[in-house]
Amino acid sequence: MSNGFSLAATAEPKVVTPGLNKVTLVFVLMAMVGVSAGLYAFYAGHHNVYNNTREMPWGILISSYAFFAITSTGLCLLAAISHIFGGNTLAPLANRMVWMSIITIIGGFTLIGVELESPWRMAIYNVTSPNLTSNIWWMGTLYGMAVGFMFLEFFLILTKQYKIAVALGVLGALAEVAANTNLGAVFATLGGRPYWYGAQLPIYFLASSFLSGAAATVLFTNFAHSMRKQKMSDTVYTGVQSASKLIALMLLLIIVATAWRFISFYVGGAEQGRLAANALMNGPLATNFWIFEVCIGLLFPIGLLIITKMKSLPAMTTASIMVLVGQFFSRYDLVVAGQLVPQYDGWDNLPTYFSYLPSASELLVTMAGLGIVGAGFMLGERFFGKAFEDHAEH
Amino acid sequence: MKMKDLEKLNDEGIENIPSEERRKFLKFGLSVTGVFLGGSVLSLTSAYKANAAVGSMPTMPKGQKFPYSPHYTMVMRQNHCIDCELCKEACVKTNHVPSYGYRTTILEQERPISPTKSERIFMPVLCNHCNRPPCVRVCPTKATFKDKKTGIVMMDYKKCIGCKTCMAACPYNARYFNEDVRAVDKCDFCFETRLSKGEIETACVAACPADVRVFGDLADPNSRVYKLIHSPEKVVWVLRPETGALPNVFYMND
Repeated sequence: MSNGFSLAATAEPKVVTPGLNKVTLVFVLMAMVGVSAGLYAFYAGHHNVYNNTREMPWGILISSYAFFAITSTGLCLLAAISHIFGGNTLAPLANRMVWMSIITIIGGFTLIGVELESPWRMAIYNVTSPNLTSNIWWMGTLYGMAVGFMFLEFFLILTKQYKIAVALGVLGALAEVAANTNLGAVFATLGGRPYWYGAQLPIYFLASSFLSGAAATVLFTNFAHSMRKQKMSDTVYTGVQSASKLIALMLLLIIVATAWRFISFYVGGAEQGRLAANALMNGPLATNFWIFEVCIGLLFPIGLLIITKMKSLPAMTTASIMVLVGQFFSRYDLVVAGQLVPQYDGWDNLPTYFSYLPSASELLVTMAGLGIVGAGFMLGERFFGKAFEDHAEH
Repeated sequence: MKMKDLEKLNDEGIENIPSEERRKFLKFGLSVTGVFLGGSVLSLTSAYKANAAVGSMPTMPKGQKFPYSPHYTMVMRQNHCIDCELCKEACVKTNHVPSYGYRTTILEQERPISPTKSERIFMPVLCNHCNRPPCVRVCPTKATFKDKKTGIVMMDYKKCIGCKTCMAACPYNARYFNEDVRAVDKCDFCFETRLSKGEIETACVAACPADVRVFGDLADPNSRVYKLIHSPEKVVWVLRPETGALPNVFYMND
C-alpha cells in the first residue's frame, strides 16, 4: 500500500470532548448489555428468553436485522453511485456512507448472530453444504461478501487509493443489492404466507433501502457537523439537500406501494392475507401501522420536506429521524403480520391472531444493534473523521 | 308413472329418509356431476385432486410413474377420528418428542350442520412430506432434505443452524425447534425409528384404533392408500392446495 495509513492523519480531534466521550460510552454499554443478553440466550435457551414460538418463529430480532441490513444496502448503494459517477452532489458525503454501511450491517449481523439457535454450525455447513435454492443462504453469503468488499474499500479510501476503492465499491454495491433482493425473497417466495408472498416485496425492500440509506446519510452527516460544532460547507449542504430530495421521492414510491399492497388484499386473494392486513388496519398492529409506519414514517416526513422545500436543515434532520423510526416499525409490522394468522385458521378454537410482543431480552438485543451503530458512528468520526471530510474527486 | 300422477301422491317428507338413503343420493349426485360435467367439476372428485397433489406432471394419469419408490403417503379417513390421541402418544414415545413440541396432533372444530345444530369434527395433522416442499427449498444448509428414495422429508440435525426459515415456510405448522438437539425437528414417517428397521407402518398408524390413518406406497396400485385415493366415488382432498407444495397426506370421509 503505497500511501500507508496513519490514524494521526484521519483522526478528528474536534470530536474528542468529555461530553461526546460519554455518549460513546453509553452506546458501547448498550451494545455490551444487549450482546450479553443475546449470549445468555444460548445458555438459558432461546425459547426461555425470547418470545418466539412454534407458530411465530420470527420476531423483532429478525425485523430489526432486516432494518439494519436494508439501511446498510441503501448507504452502500448511494455511496457507490456517488463514487462511480462522481460530480454529483452526494459525493462529499460518500466516505462516511461507506463506513456507516459497514457499521449498520455489523449491527444487523450481531442481531442475527444471537437470534440463530446454532450459529456455529453456519460457519461449517454454509460452506460444505450450501443450498443454492435458499434465499437465506444467498443473503448471508452476499452480505458477508459485501462487508469484505466494503472493509477493503474503506481501507483504500483511508489510504487514498481511490481508483481501486471505486472498483471495490462497485463490487460491494452489487453484492449488497443482490443480498437485499434475496432478503426480500426470503419472505416473498413463501407460498404458505399470503401476506408475504408476491413479487412486490423484493422491489419494496430495495426502494426501502434507498429511503433508509438517504435518511441515514442526512442524519449522520448532520450529527457529524453538530459534534464538531461546525457549519456545513455549501457542498455538503447541497449533498444533504440532494439526499433529502431522494427521501421525498422514495417516500412517494413507498406510499404508492403501500397503498396498492393493502388494496390488493381486500379485492381478492387468500383469506389469510386479508386477515393479516386487518391486523394492521384495525387489529393488534394498528397503532404501529397508522401512527408509526404511516404518519411518522411516511406522511409527516414527506409533508415536512415539501413544505420546507428542503431548505431547512432541522426539518430535513427531523424528517430523516421520522423516516428511520417509520422504517423500523415497518419492518416489524411486516415480519409479525406475516405470521400472526394461524395456519389452521378456524380449527382448534384458534384465536384470529397469535400474540407476540418482544421480551425484555429481545428488546435489549435490539438496543445492542442501536448501540453498535451509535458507537460505530462516534468512533468512526473520532478516528477517521478527517477522511470523511475529504472531498477529493474520486 | 306419469308426472301428473306423481304430483297427486302425498309428500312423505325428507325427514324420514334414513341417512343411508341420503348418502346414496349424494354419492349418486357426485358421480353424475363427475361423469357428465367433466373438467371443472371433476376437480371436486378424487382423481383430479390426487393427481394434482401427487405430482405436478399432468401426464401422471396416463400411467407415468410416481416420483418415488416407495412413494410414502398417508391417507386420513377423517370422519373416523374420535380424538383418542393414541397416535400422539405413540409418536411421542417412539420418537422421543419433548413435551414442548409435537410431530403430529389432532385439531378439532365445531361445525354447524343446521341453523340449530353443530357437530364436532377432528382432523389429525402432521408433516405432509410435500413433493415440492417449501421447507427444503429455503434451508440454507440442506439440513432438511427430501429423501431421494422414499420422498420422506428428513432432518440432518447437525447441519441445522436454527434460522427457523423452514418453520416460517411450512404451510402446515409441522415443525418445531427441539432444544435438546438444537435443531428443528419434525415427522419423518418414523423412518429412523421404525421403517428403517423393517417395520411397514408408522407408530401413529399402528396405534390408531379407529383405522383413521392409512400408510403406504402410493406408487403401488395394489396398496390400500392407492386404492383409497383412486376411488372415483369418494372426495379426496389435501390441506392448503393453493400453496403449491403438493402434499402427500390426503384426507377423505370414508
